Amino acid sequence: MKGLKTFAKGGVHPHDRKELASSEAIQSLRLPEKLIIPLQQHIGAPPTLKVEKEAEVAAGDILAEAGGFVSSPIHAPVGGTIGEMRSIYLPNGAKTQAVELLPAAPEGEEAALNPSSTDAKELIDRIAAMGIVGMGGATFPTHVKYSIPKGSKAEFFIANGVECEPYLTADHRLMLEKSSEIVKGIEIAAEILGPDHVYIAIENNKPDAIEAMSAAAAGASIPIEVVPLKLRYPQGDEKMVIQAITGREVPSGGLPIAVGTVVSNVGTLNAIYEAVELSKPLTHRVVTVSGNGIENPGNYLAPIGTPFSHLIEEAGGTSGNTVKIVAGGPMTGFTVFDPETTPVIKGTSGLLALTAKEIRETQTTSCIRCGRCIRVCPVGLSPTLLYKCVDHNDIDAALEEGLNDCRECGSCGFVCPAHIPLVQGMKLGKRLARRRKEAS
Amino acid sequence: MGTTVLYAFISVAALGGVLGLGLAIASRILAVKKDERVAEVEEALPGLNCGACGYAGCASYAEAIVKEDAPLDLCGPGGADALKTIADIMGKTVDTTSEKMVAQVHCRGNAATSAYAFDYEGIEDCNALHIFYEGNKVCKFGCLGLGSCMKVCPTDAIYYDDEGLVTVDRDLCISCRKCVDICPTGVMKMIPYSADYIVACNSTDKAAVTRKYCKVGCIGCKICEKKSPEGGFTVENNLARIDFSKTGSRKEAAEACPAKCIIPLVPVEEKAVVEAKS
Repeated sequence: MKGLKTFAKGGVHPHDRKELASSEAIQSLRLPEKLIIPLQQHIGAPPTLKVEKEAEVAAGDILAEAGGFVSSPIHAPVGGTIGEMRSIYLPNGAKTQAVELLPAAPEGEEAALNPSSTDAKELIDRIAAMGIVGMGGATFPTHVKYSIPKGSKAEFFIANGVECEPYLTADHRLMLEKSSEIVKGIEIAAEILGPDHVYIAIENNKPDAIEAMSAAAAGASIPIEVVPLKLRYPQGDEKMVIQAITGREVPSGGLPIAVGTVVSNVGTLNAIYEAVELSKPLTHRVVTVSGNGIENPGNYLAPIGTPFSHLIEEAGGTSGNTVKIVAGGPMTGFTVFDPETTPVIKGTSGLLALTAKEIRETQTTSCIRCGRCIRVCPVGLSPTLLYKCVDHNDIDAALEEGLNDCRECGSCGFVCPAHIPLVQGMKLGKRLARRRKEAS
Repeated sequence: MGTTVLYAFISVAALGGVLGLGLAIASRILAVKKDERVAEVEEALPGLNCGACGYAGCASYAEAIVKEDAPLDLCGPGGADALKTIADIMGKTVDTTSEKMVAQVHCRGNAATSAYAFDYEGIEDCNALHIFYEGNKVCKFGCLGLGSCMKVCPTDAIYYDDEGLVTVDRDLCISCRKCVDICPTGVMKMIPYSADYIVACNSTDKAAVTRKYCKVGCIGCKICEKKSPEGGFTVENNLARIDFSKTGSRKEAAEACPAKCIIPLVPVEEKAVVEAKS
């Protein structure tokens, strides 16, 4: 389609395979026997545990308090008894402490409407207390994002409903089923930030979501523009969606506020609405369970801490030819090796069971210097050069070439004809750079 | 004709004389005083430019010693000999009795003896693997075996032995510690050159946990402490360690160790004999 907005350079067009789950309404989940709730679910300081073994908790009780400003509390998704403390691995490969929660008999109570004031400071405090973090995957604490530094102004506020990762339909369903709630969340965010322009960004492969959100936005108290974007990966990345809508480029190492923009995922905005209007902490999220290995792909409202194995079971289990379980989307997600102990966290947007046909099992060969990775890199890096620098353990050269600007979107690895694991190379380089910094 | 050549010859000779005189005077006036000790110290250093001292290479370390009063004992490869020579040049006294330290891998867990949590496909590098769940071994302390240490070793002292285990040749090791710094699990540790035995395990998990995932992991049973009381064995945090300042026999402990993780290193003299034969 001509004339639609999109980001400036690079990008790829993976088969989106959203048809598997996009027409499945969000279903609530039968409670698992045991929730495994990790303490470190966000970027920032780990929270401090506030409950002891065998303590009884009610739904919404605080399990762990924020351990500083850039941190976020953890609440009990359901009432129950606290079990063992254990250390587990998160889907992103990091190790964290987790607390087990054995749910009591499910209770059917509805959260009462409990609107808070419209004072910006109080709204931010409420968002912080309810443990709201970015639900698009990066899990940055929202109250930190909304605390604009002095001297900056949020000219633009963007509700991010792009969802460019293949397979994932959680945000899509949320926009269809919770349109007015998301718009209310946007109104709250606008109350805090006071932006000049408010947008909802949606890729044009979701016409029904564009329609639903336009209808909901029409009834809002502030002018909200729904912007259909041209289909292109990785448009859902914060920096890419800013470029697509405002035409501004976030400087290297800078935050979106440097170009006067704040972006929040539509899932986060729904959570903000629930936190502010219903006093509901962030304890549940919509997870897309999909992939050709899943018997009944769908979208599930899962309590935080639900083991992946339980989610898969609820979706009818996996078929025999599944070779990989991936947390997140296929482009940026992580392969999970132990679904029994790996739980849903605040940033888990999807869980995929992929068959051999869907993944590319190939041999890595030598770089043929075709330059495709450079052509598709949305931030204008040279992935092949960066990879070589890291491979030769020359981290200084890699940093010089912009290693830390890599968004790890996976576009380079996706197009590489030599099947070089480029993104893993970037991750390795960043890890080595960080370790060296810590050592000195 | 003849005079033309003569004039040219004289004028060029005169010009050369004047310029030569100028240069001679300039070199006297503008002479840079060079500390000859820098060259001498550089000569005493091994010239490997390994960077273990923290400077860019031997030349810049030599300059730092003379001009910035840098510590004299930073050169691992040079060892006691270099240290003594440098100390003589600088007119300082140093303790040259400390022993050369070498790196060694403290793990014997391979596919046959240790349990793995998942298959790994990706960059052949321990740090690249370590990003994912701290490696594919169930044990999070052991050697991942992808050879990040081999890549950084300036003297190719690290190799896979017959059982596919990563091992350091102590005679090639120059104590630069690069492998120790790059290793993600910390299983590469420095030991004295003359060490006769090592505890080839790095796991501080409890015995019941270690036993589940590794046949050759230290279970902290303290039998070594009892069998070789003079051997300097201490069990801390479920892991035996050797205090190499104790020189008592360690053989009994190695033989009694139920996990067989106290392993003998080829004695220095014996190794020399083996090499002489071959």
